[in-house]
Amino acid sequence: MNNILEKIAIFIGVVATIVVSYWLGQQSYSWMPVAATKEAQHVDDLFSFLVALGAFIFFGVVGTIGYSIITCRAAPDDYTEGHPSRGNNTLEFLWTATPTILVLWIAWQNFHIYKMLDIEGLNTILDFNASAENNSAATLVAQTTEKPIEEIEVIAKQWEWTFRYPQENITTSELHLPVNKPVKLFFESEDVIHGFFVPEFRFKQDIFPDRIIDFTFTPILEGKYKLHDSQFSGTYFAVMEADVYVDTPEAYRQWLRSPNSQAAKPNLAATEHAHKPRQLINSHWRTVEPYTPLVASETKD
Amino acid sequence: MTTNSNIENVSNPDFPNGQQESWKRFFSFSIDHKVIGIQYIVTTFIFFLIAGMMSMIVRAELITPVSDLVDRSLYNGLYTLHGTVMIFLWIIPSQIGLANYLIPLMIGAKDMAFPKLNAIAFWIIPVAGILLMSSFLLPSGAAQAGWWSYPPVSVQNPSGNFINGEFVWLLSVFLLGISSIMGGVNFVSTIVRMRAPGMTYFKMPIFVWTVLSAQLLQLFCLPALTGAAIMLLFDLSFGTNFFNPASGGDPILYQHLFWFYSHPAVYVMVLPAFGVFSEIIPAFTRNPLFGYKSVAIASFGISIFSVVVWVHHMFASGTPSWMRILFMFSTMLVAVPTGIKVFAWTATVWKSKLHLDTPMLFVLGGIIMFMLGGISGIMLGSIAFDLHANNTYFVVGHFHYIVFNTITMGIFAAIYFWFPKMTGRMYHEGWGKVHFGLTFIGANLTFFPMMFPLGLQGMVRRISSYDPQYAAGNIIASLGAFLLGMATLPFIANMIVSWLNGKPAPDNPWHATGLEWTTTSPPPLENFEEIPTVTLAPYSYGLPQYFAVDSSHEDAIRKHGN
Repeated sequence: MNNILEKIAIFIGVVATIVVSYWLGQQSYSWMPVAATKEAQHVDDLFSFLVALGAFIFFGVVGTIGYSIITCRAAPDDYTEGHPSRGNNTLEFLWTATPTILVLWIAWQNFHIYKMLDIEGLNTILDFNASAENNSAATLVAQTTEKPIEEIEVIAKQWEWTFRYPQENITTSELHLPVNKPVKLFFESEDVIHGFFVPEFRFKQDIFPDRIIDFTFTPILEGKYKLHDSQFSGTYFAVMEADVYVDTPEAYRQWLRSPNSQAAKPNLAATEHAHKPRQLINSHWRTVEPYTPLVASETKD
Repeated sequence: MTTNSNIENVSNPDFPNGQQESWKRFFSFSIDHKVIGIQYIVTTFIFFLIAGMMSMIVRAELITPVSDLVDRSLYNGLYTLHGTVMIFLWIIPSQIGLANYLIPLMIGAKDMAFPKLNAIAFWIIPVAGILLMSSFLLPSGAAQAGWWSYPPVSVQNPSGNFINGEFVWLLSVFLLGISSIMGGVNFVSTIVRMRAPGMTYFKMPIFVWTVLSAQLLQLFCLPALTGAAIMLLFDLSFGTNFFNPASGGDPILYQHLFWFYSHPAVYVMVLPAFGVFSEIIPAFTRNPLFGYKSVAIASFGISIFSVVVWVHHMFASGTPSWMRILFMFSTMLVAVPTGIKVFAWTATVWKSKLHLDTPMLFVLGGIIMFMLGGISGIMLGSIAFDLHANNTYFVVGHFHYIVFNTITMGIFAAIYFWFPKMTGRMYHEGWGKVHFGLTFIGANLTFFPMMFPLGLQGMVRRISSYDPQYAAGNIIASLGAFLLGMATLPFIANMIVSWLNGKPAPDNPWHATGLEWTTTSPPPLENFEEIPTVTLAPYSYGLPQYFAVDSSHEDAIRKHGN
């Protein structure tokens, strides 16, 4: 009788685990910020699958342990053996082969999504002949079918972002992108390693001195986002931010032509360095001086 | 039943006049592995508390969005030293201490292969640790470039001083590396050459397997980090350009050298903890470890795979796409031997006779939290997801779920489990359970919000101030961290009071298998009255000497063998 009850309990447990795992996978879309690029949608699908699978394994293992904690407690002075089994070859083979197949399948899915990101400038393992030229040797990565229309340079330095639009020959401190058009960003640093990261875009790329890396993606959602430096770059790393706008094509063209686009905004690091906020404990340790922009003439190229 | 041996009767060259061994031996250059083991554990625990204090300050800063507690340079120095001290002065050496104490006992040897080398390796730890901590007093301050210390930012040296925090940091890491390499030589030699008669590889307890796997990694991979530290020191102080792109160097070379060791390092950290789980679970479930042979081989498998996955720390760096994809596939495979271990533990707990004493509580709590740490690890190994989550708090949550919520839980479990053997006294079980409860709650409160919502929502790591949208998760994490700090207090009190005043412990309070439980608590100088001969398979919990609680231990061994 007990045996049947237990089998029913296990069956209910497995079904409940599957249902909850699937449900959590569906919920996982809401755990991420809004998806603002075409590529982001694929990343969110992958994440949903990983959450569902992970939840299944988590509840499976934890449920088994929990069930045992409830049903298998021994009397405090009972040190007799639980059961003599030392293993089961079939079971051990299954729990080796199944995870292997699963993880290889996950890796395969990742490979497909990664190809969509079309990152170039990453071909050398170590770059001893670094130059300012874009290294456009053939890559493994698939090319997008549409020709990228917008090419924008992103220049990172301690602790400020600068964006240069070569076609219009302007330099700005906020990044504007046209919606629904592929855009190619060229990353370069002037000092240490930085990182380009906008959470809604779902990717990041480290930015190096003396080396240009380019990255193509397609924003699909209008709005205002925040670009944050993602690779630790020194004292004022926390405030190395810039505003990113995804505009309609008309608004984008208008912004490119307007004089406001070139207004130099003082970066947060320079402002803070000049007027230190109130902090309880001050070490007074020397720091690299933040880049302080000069007057308006600085922004003209 | 036997109680602790009468220590005064054992002839001990440290105390030729036969006086009782005093507490002073723990402050001396002792070559006894049992003394060295305890020296390691206590010293590293003190560093754990120091680095814990640093994290309390970090969490106190992060409980509000603005930078208002410490200035940014000090914050960066604090989290740099927090990571460095926790990794190189707590997690790795505390488990070396455990291994130091236990390995000779578990394999039936009198001591380690090289006792003097063992002592030298220990004494480097407090020296390097004090050196590192003293960098806070330098005028230019402590190292502020994170525990991974990437150039060019780590060699910027804004103060211009020759002796600066980064210099001291590199020197300290170099010294600690030497200590670890010595340990690697010692452990591998001991395990390979000094096992008791009859103890074949497949009769060794799993803890010995995992320590062997971890120490092989130390031997093969540490030189890469030590070399990288020397090269970085030269770039910093002597004008070389190994990692300076303007002069033909490459900062990515440093990243490769650093991670070539530092990825296997995480397995050096976790393998002994897995070994601890594998020892404690059979004792408190009264079952042999399910699938012992595959768990043993999986320990080696983790070791071997872990050498070829390091680029997954560089998925967003300047690495070529083909390399990223290759290493993603290899990273995925390392999950398989880890899964074998988890499933084996679960199968051992299934249909068992459970005793939920403090060591077992820490083990079960550790395994449950390891599931979250491991699953988030597989997510991070998925490159498409990693490009989003890398360098965010998702990673911070992931690795703290491993280093604190799994490994440190394992270290606590081990300390409680072997406390009677090491000290000859029983700890207080009630306070042990209190320690567990507070730690389990605090650990989840602190580190779960880091993965969700903070990391997924894009909060970058290593920042001293943040956007107000992240405030709620940070408040919960900080309060959880303060709870964790408090939770350590019952543990410290328990250890001190029990060591001084606890109930005398029998040879085998847990009725556990393993050679260490066949000798007295604490063991005599040379561990065993007579080196045993091993005939039984490990974890033979069905045999009468392990459940016949009231029969004489010596009789049982005489009848049923070791």
